[in-house]
Amino acid sequence: MENYIIDLQHLSKSFGDKKVLHDINIKVRKGEFVTLLGPSGCGKTTILRLIAGFLAPDEGKILLDGKDIVELPPYQRPLNTVFQRYALFPHLDVYDNIAFGLKLKNVPQKDIDAKVRKVLRLVNMEDYEERDVDSLSGGQQQRVAIARALVNQPKVLLLDEPLAALDLKMRKDMQIELKEMHEKLGITFIYVTHDQEEALTLSDTIVVLNEGRIQQIGTPADIYNEPVNSFVADFIGDSNILDGTMVCDRRVRFIDEEFNCVDEGFGENTPVEVVVRPEDVNIKKDIQKGLFFGTITSCTFKGVYYQLFLNTDKGYELMAHDYRKFEVGDLVGINILPENIQVMKKERTCNAFDATVLDSTHLEMLDGEFECLPTEIAPGTKVRAEVAFDKIDILDHQEEGSAAGQVYSIIYKGDHYHLTVLTDKRKHIYVNTNDVWDKRDLVGVRIEPKDIKIVEINED
Amino acid sequence: MKIKRSGWSLPYFIFLLLFVALPLVLIAVYALQDSSGRFTLDNIGRFFSDSDALSTFALSLEVAVENTLICLLLGYPAAWILANRKYNRSTVTIILFILPMWINALMRTLATAELFNMLGVELGKGTLLYGMAYDYLPFMVYPIYNILQKIDPSYAEAAEDLGATPSKVFLKVTLPLSMPGVISGVMMVFMPTVSTFAISEFLTNSKIKLFGTIIQENINSSMWNYGAALSLIMLVIIGITSLFDNKSSAAAQEGVI
Amino acid sequence: MTKKILAKAYVWVLLLLLYAPLLFIAIFSFTESRVLGNWTGFSVKLYENLFCAKMQGSSTLLSAVENTLLIAVIAAMLATILGTVAAIGIFNLKGRKRQTMNLLNSIPMVNPDIITGVSLFLLFVFLHISQGFVTVILAHVTFCTPYVVLSVMPRLSQMNPNIYEAALDLGATPAQALRKVMVPNLRPGMVSGFILSFTMSLDDFVVTFFTRGTIGLDTLSTYIYTDARKGGLTPELRPLMTLIFLIILILLIVINVRQTKTQKKKV
Repeated sequence: MENYIIDLQHLSKSFGDKKVLHDINIKVRKGEFVTLLGPSGCGKTTILRLIAGFLAPDEGKILLDGKDIVELPPYQRPLNTVFQRYALFPHLDVYDNIAFGLKLKNVPQKDIDAKVRKVLRLVNMEDYEERDVDSLSGGQQQRVAIARALVNQPKVLLLDEPLAALDLKMRKDMQIELKEMHEKLGITFIYVTHDQEEALTLSDTIVVLNEGRIQQIGTPADIYNEPVNSFVADFIGDSNILDGTMVCDRRVRFIDEEFNCVDEGFGENTPVEVVVRPEDVNIKKDIQKGLFFGTITSCTFKGVYYQLFLNTDKGYELMAHDYRKFEVGDLVGINILPENIQVMKKERTCNAFDATVLDSTHLEMLDGEFECLPTEIAPGTKVRAEVAFDKIDILDHQEEGSAAGQVYSIIYKGDHYHLTVLTDKRKHIYVNTNDVWDKRDLVGVRIEPKDIKIVEINED
Repeated sequence: MKIKRSGWSLPYFIFLLLFVALPLVLIAVYALQDSSGRFTLDNIGRFFSDSDALSTFALSLEVAVENTLICLLLGYPAAWILANRKYNRSTVTIILFILPMWINALMRTLATAELFNMLGVELGKGTLLYGMAYDYLPFMVYPIYNILQKIDPSYAEAAEDLGATPSKVFLKVTLPLSMPGVISGVMMVFMPTVSTFAISEFLTNSKIKLFGTIIQENINSSMWNYGAALSLIMLVIIGITSLFDNKSSAAAQEGVI
Repeated sequence: MTKKILAKAYVWVLLLLLYAPLLFIAIFSFTESRVLGNWTGFSVKLYENLFCAKMQGSSTLLSAVENTLLIAVIAAMLATILGTVAAIGIFNLKGRKRQTMNLLNSIPMVNPDIITGVSLFLLFVFLHISQGFVTVILAHVTFCTPYVVLSVMPRLSQMNPNIYEAALDLGATPAQALRKVMVPNLRPGMVSGFILSFTMSLDDFVVTFFTRGTIGLDTLSTYIYTDARKGGLTPELRPLMTLIFLIILILLIVINVRQTKTQKKKV
């Protein structure tokens, strides 16, 4: 059996009536660099604060070297944190900030001096001992914050978006330094970020989170090459995410073409989602060499490569990366290799809302009242209401719809957008639409009565 | 002609010169003149040779220091509790603390004195200190509370993360970071108490005379030059105290309403 | 848990001590006795007296209240206008000049009342200005304006520095830009500056005492002072104080409830 330094088991946490973490299980090996990655509000910082001890979980265990530390206060946990905005004590100078933890442990002054000097050398901040922390640049404050944590020789170093406040150039430099520090010290790092590129660069293992749930755990290569769902595919890097059908093993159909692939075991004629990274969309100047063909609609230089958008002859839009320049309007052949087609199980094929029958023609669902076709189900009965993704109308103003919500995520699927709309009470509505919306738009939701399919729930 | 917006400060500048700077200069001018307008140091000299005035001055300082300490010792814990989310989540309690500041101070003082009368407590230094603490406690609580609740909670978390127990967190982080509020509170209590006059009369049945009362008596009986000299001495005291202040008071008084 | 109870108890004991004299006044406003602290049975006679002007000297008490309010309103308005214009000016100053203005502005706040009072008294004597209503207002404007400047300043620094230029760019004259763009943005700071000035003016005793001259002008504070020195308070002050306290309490609660509501809306 392998020994884990940190082992999170079935952690859950709510703030008020809002559940922010659902059954989190993460194992961290000694010396590993683990990154918790996700959009803001996904629960990554909450997990870090649970480990540090600033929050207590509602359920679950936090094992450190096999011992549950949930009951230990933060000051008794052999872990240290680098805070998001550093939290350097403004009334102390650099030296006293770093020596803070050592002084509390009554380390002899001579040893404190030596340790502080050593750690300052590690973060390239010699000669800054007497500086006021307010007089330091963001990058320097960052280094002091890391030094202040490291000097205590923690078993695990927790870093909460430590580079978020730095500018791009500084961030890149610090990434390299952090990676070197990790390799040199052999301390376990648990790192929180919303920057997918940072996560791919730094981590041994990435934990992708969304809405308080773990989406995928894996190495950067795993996560990039084999995302398990469209959220992960969309969040990590650029990608073409497309609806498709698994015709049979090793044969998938999408964008109205059939392709060979390497995936098996989905069953025949199963709806799936397909991810193709833009660099895997091969463009042939000779259209005969492609499996199908398309027209270049835009070509933008991105430094190392050109970002291309193509319209296939069947009317789908694809993104591609290529080292060559193309002219808008060029007719080109397109090819995708079987091993570059990542097939994912479709998580759902239509909306299924919890609803209550109000009367013979009305349902209550999504915190609103919807008209439906006449039903004979008794009022008050709980039912499931199924609505196809493309049968939901999104309206400009919240008041115009029967329910209201906010656009939470948008995925482009080649010929339409797939939106997730969250209601105030965080119920999910999935919508396919051709209209362009932006994240966080406040919208109304309308559904035609004929498009609501009422399904009775069997209590047993 | 185009007036730059920086020029908008000009009317106020003139106002300040006329109603703030000039009057302060006048205090010095009157203090250094005799009643016929000739330069003299007699007024200042008279204070230093008047043992009554000197002892009143000493007593005023003593009462002000004692009152400031009492307010600090009573007020800091209150401000800390009010600013601590564990103990207090509503702003109503802090409003209750500053509400009496809106009631006429003389009236509150008189009511306190009458309360002592009814309870049969003899008016004297004890009642004076109680009444002053009562009058000025809100001025100590509010600035400290204001600073405390603005301190980023991640400082305390960082200290705890580095191994500080809750009491160490307070001593090594919270207390030092709240010093601007403490200084501001001390100023807001010390300054008015050292110069007060009506309050001491009411609370001691005019048994104890403070420095402010002497200034007022001299001015009211047309002894302007000596009154101005006494004011000048108080100004010096205030000036010395202000040196401890820096910018902290402005920060702590922000948003008094 | 016990810690929490102890902490709460401490705060409430302090509050009880703070409010004891106020409660004392409020309770004894419902009895007729001339001496505070002597209960002679429940009565609303003092309230009647206060409004029906039957008691002796009630006209002077009421005119003191009137003076207090009038002075507070005028002084607060003048201070708000002067302070807002000054804040805009100071905000656009740089370096030395700005430091000097900030220093001058802080003097009236640091000065004890008695120094402000004595110095202004000497000024009016020096300039041979006869003291009365006008000098009291000038004195109140002097100690109120710095607080207006301090209330408006943060709004200025929060404001996008380009909006004044944007208004000019869109064809507004400087006066229009001030009225239609600057003032609406500065209004919260001006309002809190006004309220602060108003309450400080209401509460002032010392400065008024030195600058009111000898024409017999009384505000509530000076009335109380003279009254108490004469021995024994006019009993009608008790209902008056109780009413003032209630009005302020209600005002503060209303303001606070509205603030928390708007804050919740923003979230």
